[in-house]
Amino acid sequence: MNVVVCVKQIPDPAAPASLDPTTHTLDRSGKLILDDSDSYGVEMALQLAANVEGSEVTVVSMAPNSETSGLRTALAMGAAKAILVSDGALAGTDALGTAKVLAAAIRRAEPDLVIAATESTDGYTGTVPVQVAELLGLPSVTFAKAVATDGSSVKVERQTEAGYDDVECSLPAVVTVTAGVVEPRYPSFKGIMAAKSKPVDTLSLADLGIDPSEVGFTGARQEITDVSAAESRSAGEIVVDEGDGAQRIVAFLEQIKVV
Amino acid sequence: MTGVPSPAGLDLRPEHEALVATVRRFARDEVAPVIGGYYERGEFPYPLVATMGEMGLFGLPFPEEYGGMGGDAFALCLVLEELARVDSSLAITLEAGVGLGAMPIHRFGTEDQRQRWLPDLCSGRSLAAFGLTEPGGGSDAGATRTTARRDGDEWVVDGTKAFITNSGTRITRLVTVTAVTGRRADGRPDISAIVVPSGTPGFTVGPEYSKVGWTASDTHELAFAGCRVPADHLLGEEGRGYAQFLSILDTGRVAIGALSVGLAQGCVDECLGYVGEREAFGRKLAQSQVLQFKVADMEARTHVARLAVRDAAARLVAGRPLRREAAIAKLVASEAAMANAREATQIFGGYGFMNETPVGRFYRDAKILEIGEGTSEVQRMLIARELGLPATP
Ligand SMILES: Cc1cc2nc3c(=O)[nH]c(=O)nc-3n(C[C@H](O)[C@H](O)[C@H](O)COP(=O)(O)OP(=O)(O)OC[C@H]3O[C@@H](n4cnc5c(N)ncnc54)[C@H](O)[C@@H]3O)c2cc1C
Ligand SMILES: Cc1cc2nc3c(=O)[nH]c(=O)nc-3n(C[C@H](O)[C@H](O)[C@H](O)COP(=O)(O)OP(=O)(O)OC[C@H]3O[C@@H](n4cnc5c(N)ncnc54)[C@H](O)[C@@H]3O)c2cc1C
Repeated sequence: MNVVVCVKQIPDPAAPASLDPTTHTLDRSGKLILDDSDSYGVEMALQLAANVEGSEVTVVSMAPNSETSGLRTALAMGAAKAILVSDGALAGTDALGTAKVLAAAIRRAEPDLVIAATESTDGYTGTVPVQVAELLGLPSVTFAKAVATDGSSVKVERQTEAGYDDVECSLPAVVTVTAGVVEPRYPSFKGIMAAKSKPVDTLSLADLGIDPSEVGFTGARQEITDVSAAESRSAGEIVVDEGDGAQRIVAFLEQIKVV
Repeated sequence: MTGVPSPAGLDLRPEHEALVATVRRFARDEVAPVIGGYYERGEFPYPLVATMGEMGLFGLPFPEEYGGMGGDAFALCLVLEELARVDSSLAITLEAGVGLGAMPIHRFGTEDQRQRWLPDLCSGRSLAAFGLTEPGGGSDAGATRTTARRDGDEWVVDGTKAFITNSGTRITRLVTVTAVTGRRADGRPDISAIVVPSGTPGFTVGPEYSKVGWTASDTHELAFAGCRVPADHLLGEEGRGYAQFLSILDTGRVAIGALSVGLAQGCVDECLGYVGEREAFGRKLAQSQVLQFKVADMEARTHVARLAVRDAAARLVAGRPLRREAAIAKLVASEAAMANAREATQIFGGYGFMNETPVGRFYRDAKILEIGEGTSEVQRMLIARELGLPATP
């Protein structure tokens, strides 16, 4: 079973981020790391692959400046190889453009199962994976909180507001996983060393046969017109429980019309 | 590229960067939120140690054939520094387990001994300790009183060891003790190292000490009374124990230096955050030049200490002489840690005196760095000896 995991490499959320003043896009020129959201996908893929004989996990990423540090983390966790799409013409690519690029790259890996996160930590439109599925002509199952597979079909517990749906779907398919679906392992030093010699296939748009005008700022159908700072939260009201705490909470909830 | 060699171990190779990033994430996400509680309760953090085992940290500098990670002492120092930036109890648990517990078995053990003990130790499923210090004294290792007498196929160990790290956890598998196994013609003792598995009859683990710092690490007094172990539990050559552990101690010193750099850096990290937030007299503490200078001094001390430790660690890996450099690294790094902890506590004011703040813990954890694995006085003695100055009575 070929399992492909989409992994986004993002600026370290722990470091202060900056936006380009004219395009309003995130500054991605510094070192990028594996998006935490995708570490769940990598772990899920590794666990599923371990249970189906002859399986292999490939990670796929689109990122500027031939960035591989996030990919190396995924390889150090145990993925076998990586595909990276990096091309100057990709600057400014929107979610649909990203999906086109990823779909073309994923197709090369002949996937049985494609795993992505529900949404990324930095962009969080949550639209890329289903667009990838559409472009590949594959069914997609989203919001997985548990995944099992025998190599020919996939069983998913799909998180809903009320609980979860049991979904079964034949492979190949795209599955998006929620944070916490599994506990991602930390890469060991042995894994880190092994990752150094694992293959990373770096592709340009030309390699994928994608016309640069379809992607980047020119191809983007979305434009960020304005960015404004989130309103800072005002101080809350502190209520001291004088035996009537429960009633006061209910009164508050009624007041804001949630009960 | 110019002809100047790369800066002393500060430019890390990609695999070291990746290792540091991994440990930093673990320390931030899993250690920082809970370690204060363990510290307060004086409880050994088994779940965190188990995760460190899964991360391969206990096998870091050992070859893969024994279940290790194929790294080296330099990588270990980076990990210790990163852990101690957040917490020293876990860092010393790792340092003692690897540097004192497993390392002598790897360095001096027979192939059979390595196969028998290392895989479990490397995986972190079990821990080892090293017992050198005795109630009567630690600095003067030649004054060891514990004895091991050969009786047929067995060694019989008698004596007491004091302050032994990792010796009494649920997962402690063995303690290597130094013991007098004979006398030379000039009356000086022959000291050997003997492996005593936990639970051996005649081996009693005393209650956990009540410590000023490192309270989430495990430290006990150990008593041996007619304690019998098989003859093949002798580690290394009979009578060479003293020389052997001297070389182990060089490694240990660099490691304690790394732990000290981590604590010193942790003080800088905490203070930078605090002076940016806390206000007094209508302005941020960061606006005060007096406090800026304190933080600048802390940073300078940390940097110098890191240079010394990375240099010594690089020598260790290259197999170059390092007695002088290891002593200097341990001396300057532990003193930097102590000074930074004192200043950080001052900058935090009353909060700095609270156990709940990291700097409160740093303050309590710093002092032992100037004592364990050779006191600052011992380091100065070593440096003086290396300079050719005569031994003083
Ligand atoms: C006008 C505009 C300009 C932009 N300019 C840039 C730019 O210059 N450079 C840039 O990098 N981004 C840029 N972005 C953002 C980038 O295009 C989006 O982040 C990208 O489209 C993915 O969207 P998302 O993060 O919301 O993905 P989501 O749909 O929230 O992601 C869900 C999951 O899809 C997968 N995934 C998403 N993106 C990738 C990826 N790149 N590689 C592998 N897997 C992925 C991951 O598994 C991810 O967790 C721009 C966006 C817009 C709208
Ligand atoms: C928490 C903790 C964990 C420890 N873990 C271990 C462990 O795992 N294994 C182990 O073997 N030991 C361990 N130790 C012991 C530690 O290594 C010793 O405490 C240390 O080496 C000092 O020995 P001592 O306490 O006997 O002090 P002493 O040797 O009695 O020294 C007392 C003082 O006299 C000074 N001094 C001694 N001789 C001279 C001299 N000639 N000139 C100038 N000054 C001198 C010393 O510097 C010190 O200031 C641990 C200690 C602690 C507190």
